[in-house]
Amino acid sequence: MKNPTCPRPGAALLFVALVALLPRLDAAEGTVLARPGVRPLAADLPVETAVLTEAPHVPPRITRQHAAKVIVNLEVREVVKRLADGVEYTFWTYGGNVPGSFIRVREGDFVEFHLNNHPTSKVPHNIDLHAVTGPGGGAASSFTAPGHSSQFSFTALNPGLYVYHCATAPVPMHIANGMYGLILVDPKDGMPPVDREYYVMQGEIYTAGRHGEGGLQNFDPMKAEDERPPYVVLNGSVGALVGDMALQAKVGETVRLYFGVGGPNLTSSFHVIGEIFDTVYVEGGVLPAQRHVQTTMVPAGGSTVVEFKVEVPGTYILVDHSLSRAFNKGALGMLKVTGAGNALTYSGKEIDEVYIGQASDAGFAASKREAELMAQKEAAIADNPRIAGFTKEIQLERGRKVFLTSCFACHMANGEGLPAVFPPLAGSDFLKADKDRAIKSVIKGLSGPITVNGKPYNNMMPPHDFTDDQVADVLTFAMNSWGNDFGAVSVSDVKRVRAENK
Amino acid sequence: MARCFIPVGWQQAGHLALVGFALLATLATTRAGPATQAGMTAIPAGTYRPLIRSQDEPAEISVAPFWLDIRPVTNAEYLAFVQAHPRWRRSQVSPLFADSGYLSDWAGDLELGPSAPVGAPVVRVSWFAARAYARAIDKRLPTIAEWERAAAAGFTQSEGAKEPGFPAQVLAWFTQPTPQPLPAAGSGRPNYFGARDLLTLVWEWVDDFNTAMVTGESRGDSGLDRNLFCGAGAAGIRDPSDFAGFMRAGFRSSVRASYSVPNLGFRCAQSP
Ligand code: HEC
Ligand SMILES: [Cu+2]
Repeated sequence: MKNPTCPRPGAALLFVALVALLPRLDAAEGTVLARPGVRPLAADLPVETAVLTEAPHVPPRITRQHAAKVIVNLEVREVVKRLADGVEYTFWTYGGNVPGSFIRVREGDFVEFHLNNHPTSKVPHNIDLHAVTGPGGGAASSFTAPGHSSQFSFTALNPGLYVYHCATAPVPMHIANGMYGLILVDPKDGMPPVDREYYVMQGEIYTAGRHGEGGLQNFDPMKAEDERPPYVVLNGSVGALVGDMALQAKVGETVRLYFGVGGPNLTSSFHVIGEIFDTVYVEGGVLPAQRHVQTTMVPAGGSTVVEFKVEVPGTYILVDHSLSRAFNKGALGMLKVTGAGNALTYSGKEIDEVYIGQASDAGFAASKREAELMAQKEAAIADNPRIAGFTKEIQLERGRKVFLTSCFACHMANGEGLPAVFPPLAGSDFLKADKDRAIKSVIKGLSGPITVNGKPYNNMMPPHDFTDDQVADVLTFAMNSWGNDFGAVSVSDVKRVRAENK
Repeated sequence: MARCFIPVGWQQAGHLALVGFALLATLATTRAGPATQAGMTAIPAGTYRPLIRSQDEPAEISVAPFWLDIRPVTNAEYLAFVQAHPRWRRSQVSPLFADSGYLSDWAGDLELGPSAPVGAPVVRVSWFAARAYARAIDKRLPTIAEWERAAAAGFTQSEGAKEPGFPAQVLAWFTQPTPQPLPAAGSGRPNYFGARDLLTLVWEWVDDFNTAMVTGESRGDSGLDRNLFCGAGAAGIRDPSDFAGFMRAGFRSSVRASYSVPNLGFRCAQSP
């Protein structure tokens, strides 16, 4: 359906020459990527705004019997989010989550696409929708600098389930950071109705640290080049589809999964442990092409639609059946089926324990036990002043880092502030007097008249979007630097103040 | 809004190579510690290897010695500029030369406010504005070749790519959220040539930014296309694993001369 991406070298050179010689024209902007003559005049169509959903949810079935002009507003945001317990990662997202928002349109719809790159983004992004017929799938027309928007339009000519992704260089990095999602072009007559529809996508994450290594992880280009991801996950993080977040269904219902692989590199052997797919729409096409399938292969940048009726209550496990990825790297989710049992079959519970390690319900119990042990350990440390002093030193080091990135611009590296503008933290009676107030000031910001060491200030400090640890660390640092000896702030102090100031 | 602009300076890199300055022999050959001239550091003559090029372009472009600001221009410095040049104030600037985001993090026309600390780099300035600033003090913006030449240095050696840990540190910047407000310009560690914050504070305008050859459809970009999809020879992409280089090329080609971007500032250069 798409043009091959392999021009002859001559053509490529010509292209380079053109780009080099011309001042940038706006030729690419607003390009209509559709075959002329095929789409009805967009002006005559009724207009609607697409409902976008976060995984695992899917927008409602389209019931209208005619084409429409559908406006899609997709926002690109770079956000720090949980990758696994204790592990964070800066995800680049379509809509704030990985995978990106699910887009649903109907065959023949005229789609007006707005890609908005959030002002806080570091880098430019774009979007290549595999559902678009035309070179690059919209990528060139949607190339967008931080704090800007692009618009392009296309007609959804071909029904099916398509991957979309960022195609900005280096493409593997943009995809590995989370820039992929699915767009479903419903066939004119619609997909047959089912009881439940869910959205699941697999992708790899190339962290610099090993699997499980804590803290904010950076992208590792070498691991990406070697295709050695420490994480392979369903819906963006380890455990995104387990425990309370598991998919739900009732006995007797038919479940349809829209499953895609963002990649950037690995193919998925998609399998649901304990189920057989009644129907597979192979490779995301519209024909119910195969029945009674155990495992279906989904290429990177490809998709599948599977349906199955759930007969037995219990927990079913979604995996990439290249099982090290499920067992060791996170490519695992759950479908919980409730209702009356059928005595003739197995329970899903045994399977739980065989395959799913940490992420299972049993695993959750284990992490709970681990948390209790950690709490005990912390209490023991707090009781022992020598070790406690040591932990404070670590906290001071971490706090120094936070201070030097987030506070020093105003309060100055020496904590003296700026006369009449930014109050001092060094020797501040205001800081010394009330620990909780300091915590609240960092979290919520502070404004209005205050008096510090007898001098009036009336200015504004912005709120800081920190983790509890960061707040505790930076304040402990401020309270123990430049001659201050004001005690320490613990994570539980921060939690309490946060709860009190909800 | 009109978005066309004059491609001034896009040939400059080539010219620099041809003109051949007869000067600062010490700079051109040895590095006698970073010399400074009022907040600038001398970047010795050297070469720049473009990331993406066509077969007829040279693999290396020579770069004549030049002065480069040690750090990006700050809010305070830019404030002084708009005080002296009212037509570059937020309320008076022509929309042809700066889009609606111009200096929008300032509290007022002549007031910085808490989101734009005095010492932080000025951002949300258009290319036109950055050039006007430079011209007002008899400086100019560096070319891509000059900027990349200066930024190719590590902290301890002239080739950052060979310095252990340096490339990873550069790449990590892309994945860390931009601190709000921005930290002070000049707080970063000086590189081998004495320039600070080139790679890890804000993006910076260059004079010939619009010659960066990335269309946004990166796979359609000349060499990349041939290399990644057709497995052709080495012509085109210098180093496909230079992710940070791709990001810079991509960034430059995503902006237009009137754009103001929340994390895009600039620094000035001067020919000796
Ligand atoms: C954008 C500038 C700015 C930044 C960044 C900033 N502050 Fe402040 N801070 C202020 C201002 C202004 C006040 C006084 C507010 C008022 O007058 O109402 C203040 C007040 C305070 C106070 C109480 C007054 C005092 O002197 O004891 C504390 C404590 C404090 N800041 C801590 C921090 C910490 C910790 C950080 C970093 C996480 C931080 N601030 C970052 C501007 C800033
Ligand atoms: Cu992207």
